Amino acid sequence: MNAQMLSLNQLKQIALHREAFIYYIFFFVLFFFAIVLHDTAFLTFSNFMNIVKQTAPLTIMAVGLTFALAVGHIDLSIGSVVALSALVGALLLQHTGIPLAVLGALLVGVTVGLINGLLIERLQVSSLLITLGTMGIITGIARQLTNLESVPIINQDFTFLFGSGKVLGMPILLLWTLVIGGCAYIILKKLAAGRHLLAVGGNPVAARAMGIKVTRIRLYALIASSTAAALAGLLYAGRLHGARYTLGEADLLTVIAAVAIGGTSLFGGRACIVGAILGTWLMGIINNGLILSGFSTNEQMIARGVILVIAVAIGVKEIRNG
Amino acid sequence: MVRSSLDQVALELSSIKKSFGGVHALQDVTFTINKGEVVGLLGDNGAGKSTLVKCISGVYAPDSGEIKVNGKAVVIRSPEDARAAGIETVFQDLAMIPEFNIVQNLFLNREIKHKNPILRWLGWLDTKAMTKRARKALNRLNTRIPSYNEQIHNLSGGQRQAIAIARAVNWGADIVIMDEPTAALGVEQSAQVNDLIKVISSQGVAVLLISHNMQHVVETCDRAVVLYQGSSVADVAVAEVTKEDLVGLITGAKKIAA
Repeated sequence: MNAQMLSLNQLKQIALHREAFIYYIFFFVLFFFAIVLHDTAFLTFSNFMNIVKQTAPLTIMAVGLTFALAVGHIDLSIGSVVALSALVGALLLQHTGIPLAVLGALLVGVTVGLINGLLIERLQVSSLLITLGTMGIITGIARQLTNLESVPIINQDFTFLFGSGKVLGMPILLLWTLVIGGCAYIILKKLAAGRHLLAVGGNPVAARAMGIKVTRIRLYALIASSTAAALAGLLYAGRLHGARYTLGEADLLTVIAAVAIGGTSLFGGRACIVGAILGTWLMGIINNGLILSGFSTNEQMIARGVILVIAVAIGVKEIRNG
Repeated sequence: MVRSSLDQVALELSSIKKSFGGVHALQDVTFTINKGEVVGLLGDNGAGKSTLVKCISGVYAPDSGEIKVNGKAVVIRSPEDARAAGIETVFQDLAMIPEFNIVQNLFLNREIKHKNPILRWLGWLDTKAMTKRARKALNRLNTRIPSYNEQIHNLSGGQRQAIAIARAVNWGADIVIMDEPTAALGVEQSAQVNDLIKVISSQGVAVLLISHNMQHVVETCDRAVVLYQGSSVADVAVAEVTKEDLVGLITGAKKIAA
């Protein structure tokens, strides 16, 4: 009897756990659209595969942003990094091979993350303001770089690797999501590095007192965030066979909303990679469902904003309740 | 106090000085703590208690003076130095991560890594080994904890204090500094912490206890060192003085030939 009560309590705890929240919403929304859109192509395998492919860059951005949020920072520059990295990658591909082009694009991410991190730590200004500034700077550079021209990519190997490829029947874009998500999951859940990351976000004073190098870890988190965004840029470029300054422009809000609804705290100390990816797919399903229902882009934007507000409201309420 | 042959000096401070600009926070602090001894550090606000604690735990570097641990002179420039010398500090806010569970907090930044060398290199955590060690550490202190998976913010103040103390002792500290460990606790929980202090001192750990609570000092400490305007002005066996004597020393109304 006692043991049963205990397990019932445990079940209740698991069911009401913040990180379980995304599953309910996910399946509720899925169910909702499946009924409303029963006479369309919504509930088909190919439609879901399309959603997964379209949202692949976003899932990578979401995973990266989770690292920044885990240490208590926000990174608004990720959308602009997507555009710049895609353009740099595409331009380099015209002159060199894939390895150097990829390296160059990722280096854009590492550099931006490093600059963001150093500015935040040196100036002791909130990451919100610093990354808002760098977002503007990078957007400007991306526009300047090619005078608003788009850069086509004709390298077949590149578009296979970062876009249309299939490995054992699985779209390579899904593979990217799973591999990057898997690595991030292991880092956060299984490795000392992830433990320290969350400690810094949970209570920086305590983390410092226990000898954790708080500044360095925050720097790593921001580098992870913008490098992931740079990889997302490559995935966009691969899927679209080219780069354009508008890539990633509208993704910031989607990614923040996805990560927040997925159970990662916007105030540091709690991160959920599975939630971030499910959250991104949820945003993709909502977008897809709204399109199939005949809603416009503007209305989709409103929906994204509403979801972000709901996610933040839940997070804040939770903090107040302790 | 007569020292037997077993009495060994764990911590020896001589003529510690520390100034901030023109303010002489510490002018001349000299005292010792033996192994297994609980020494109360008393003093009014601004007498230099917290500055001294920060000098010993590596937050500040003293301007001059010598710190010896187990007879050997040590230079403490950072919290890591202090820890390497065997000095652990239980901070007033306990330095815990509220979202982490007990085991995660106990092993914060000192995680046990996996046995497999490749996983070890990656920093893979051995949660099972850590849980086992945590159970041992808390048993050693007679502390019962409902569940090792419990998050810290769900525990009572006394339980948190016990875990902070266990963390300090678990790392083989010879000297544990406690900053107002019972300030935020109720009567019963304070008593539990007092018992804990007795347990760890009986295991040979030297304890430096900073407290405002005279009753607490009289109950748990063997000796009391009083700071007045940055200097150690008295070093007395608690059994030999009254609470009123201690208050007199703290306020400077009474003087003792040291």
